[in-house]
Amino acid sequence: MKFLRSGRSRALFFQFVALAAVLGALAYIVHNTMVNLETRKIASGFAFLGREAGFEIGESPFLAYSAADNYARALLVGLLNTIRVAVIGIVLATILGTLVGLARLSTNWLLARIADAYVEVIRNIPLLVQLFFWYVVITDNLPGPREAMNPLPGVFLSNRGIALPGVEPHPAHLWMLFAFIAGLVIAGLVARWARARQARTGQPFASFWTGTGIALGLPLAVFLAAGTPAKLDVPQLSGFNFAGGVVLTPEYATLLMGLVAYTAAFIGEIVRAGILAVHRGQVEAANALGLSRPQALRLVVMPQALRVIIPPLTSQYLNLTKNSSLAVAIGYPDLVSIANTSINQNGQAIEGIAIIMAVYLTVSLSISAFMNWYNKRIALVER
Amino acid sequence: MSWVRANLFSSWPNAIATLVIVWLAWKLAVPFLDWAFAQAIWTAPDSKVCRDAKGVGACWGLIHEKHRFILFGTYPFEEQWRPALVILILLALYVISALRACWRPWLAAAWIVGLAAIGILMWGGVLGLRYAENERWGGLALTLLLATFGIALAFPLSILLALGRRSQLPVLRYLCVVYIELIRGVPLISLLFMASVVLPLFMPEGLSIDKLLRAQIALILFAAAYLAEVVRGGLQAIPRGQYEAAQALGLSYWRMTWLIVLPQALRISIPPLVNTFIGFFKDTSLVLIIGLFDLLTTVNVSIGEPKWVGFGIEAYVFVSAVYFVFCFAMSRYSQNLELELARGAAKGGAQ
Repeated sequence: MKFLRSGRSRALFFQFVALAAVLGALAYIVHNTMVNLETRKIASGFAFLGREAGFEIGESPFLAYSAADNYARALLVGLLNTIRVAVIGIVLATILGTLVGLARLSTNWLLARIADAYVEVIRNIPLLVQLFFWYVVITDNLPGPREAMNPLPGVFLSNRGIALPGVEPHPAHLWMLFAFIAGLVIAGLVARWARARQARTGQPFASFWTGTGIALGLPLAVFLAAGTPAKLDVPQLSGFNFAGGVVLTPEYATLLMGLVAYTAAFIGEIVRAGILAVHRGQVEAANALGLSRPQALRLVVMPQALRVIIPPLTSQYLNLTKNSSLAVAIGYPDLVSIANTSINQNGQAIEGIAIIMAVYLTVSLSISAFMNWYNKRIALVER
Repeated sequence: MSWVRANLFSSWPNAIATLVIVWLAWKLAVPFLDWAFAQAIWTAPDSKVCRDAKGVGACWGLIHEKHRFILFGTYPFEEQWRPALVILILLALYVISALRACWRPWLAAAWIVGLAAIGILMWGGVLGLRYAENERWGGLALTLLLATFGIALAFPLSILLALGRRSQLPVLRYLCVVYIELIRGVPLISLLFMASVVLPLFMPEGLSIDKLLRAQIALILFAAAYLAEVVRGGLQAIPRGQYEAAQALGLSYWRMTWLIVLPQALRISIPPLVNTFIGFFKDTSLVLIIGLFDLLTTVNVSIGEPKWVGFGIEAYVFVSAVYFVFCFAMSRYSQNLELELARGAAKGGAQ
């Protein structure tokens, strides 16, 4: 054992042992699994994806689906449902969270205390309990569609979900979206040109307002050119449920509300901490330099606050996406719940769970990679 | 009076906001208090009294009727003093662990003795106690056990993972990075599904572990990855000079880690560790999805009974209150400790 005394060979030895132990354990598990699958007559491999799923899915707003379709399509529906709740949830949670964070810093004592209480209560109760609570509120305690509550014109709350007015789709709407994206690109180019010119000549240019004008003006022009195609589609009671407009099922409404309320409490805390992290002296220095209040906010406070806010904010977005898997408990057909159904039907648990994990890992790792890149980009450059 | 002016009516928008809030509070809080206390039904041997009062007063009688089931699950009825005692022992252990005066070596001994006593009480089969198989465990007792054992076992594992991730040895480092990122990248549910359906396939033939233990293993592996990142944060905050000084004294890696690095790193990480504990405590409620009888499941089952259908709001308000008490106590404790540690550091410098 003399070689163990030299640092280098000892390091090599221990690493070899660790690697061998891990690989050995993995090989043992794979062997056991093969034997077990053999004795229990469970098929393996992903061939089942092409077979007929044979179960209905409660909601599939983007993709036509019936029980005769195959497992691959069913899982795709689940993935789209996960994305649908996660993306809208992230947008709403960011808005609500920012409001909560600002409210906690409000000079109005009452408002600040209410925001504090909201954050404390929501953060200290498991999300699953909150989801069950909202689900019971909607399905057990709201009236039936015929006696639906109508808090705002066109908005109906009933135990069949939430019905909202929508806009009837028209081909011009797609062109408006393209025009908006083109407007954003042009606004970006204008801002770049204005920055370069200001650096060169010192002449300022109102690039923010110009850019906003272009990004909103282009779609508006398309809208007017197409003859203002906007017909409001208000939900109507037909039979036992609402038709027309946008109808959110109780499951979707519950999951969305639960995720938004829960994540907003965490985001509120992050926003508050981010704003408090900017030193008072920074604002005072900006005032002393003669910057206007909006300028000070945009050029001095926000860049520093965002540096603190964005990393934890992204991890909250990831948490929201992972938490959307609690859908399975209330019956919203997200990826996890459909994979679970498929496991129960064909017994191929390893493949089903592998698909869930692969999807979530891809999302998580790509967002982490983006965050690392972003952190490097905005890292404080010290003297 | 001047306080009211400065904090509630300092400007026109502020005054309007104050009035709107007061009006809303009047409209919402008063009916709520009326429902929750004034008109509430506190005991309801049968649910008829509650049905009559539905929508007017809360039916706390549901909790009163089902409290034994909610607290202890299907544990044999006449033996339920045992899980009750277990809950008390756990609470006592939490309290002494929170007091800084008790942060002495005997605390570890107290935990070992306490956990052993809990094992004997829950399983029985010795000292004249009837045996209770762990399919019968449930309710608040099970929630506390899952959380306590989860943290107690995940914590040492997380220290090893954090040290591994900061190790000079590339193979060790990559193994730890892969483990931590893999676990943190997937939802807890997928790990619990894995524990409940896939783990049995990994075992050699003839060997089977019961569901409770499998879920506990998944929870431990999950918590360890998150705790490891917190501990790593603490390790990163230790100035390099501490390592160099330890090496200059001729300490070996393990002696340096044990005597110099960990005491400082863990001390800094206590507040974020407590926050991770809170998250983990809430996450134990997910075992409902794989069918274990934790606090949330027993409540869910109670309102699934035809007799109590329709009283879900009361049931979930009650569970929320129980979780809130535990989590709020932990979060307040962590905030106070953070202030205390910061004050200590400012006063005495590096101790």
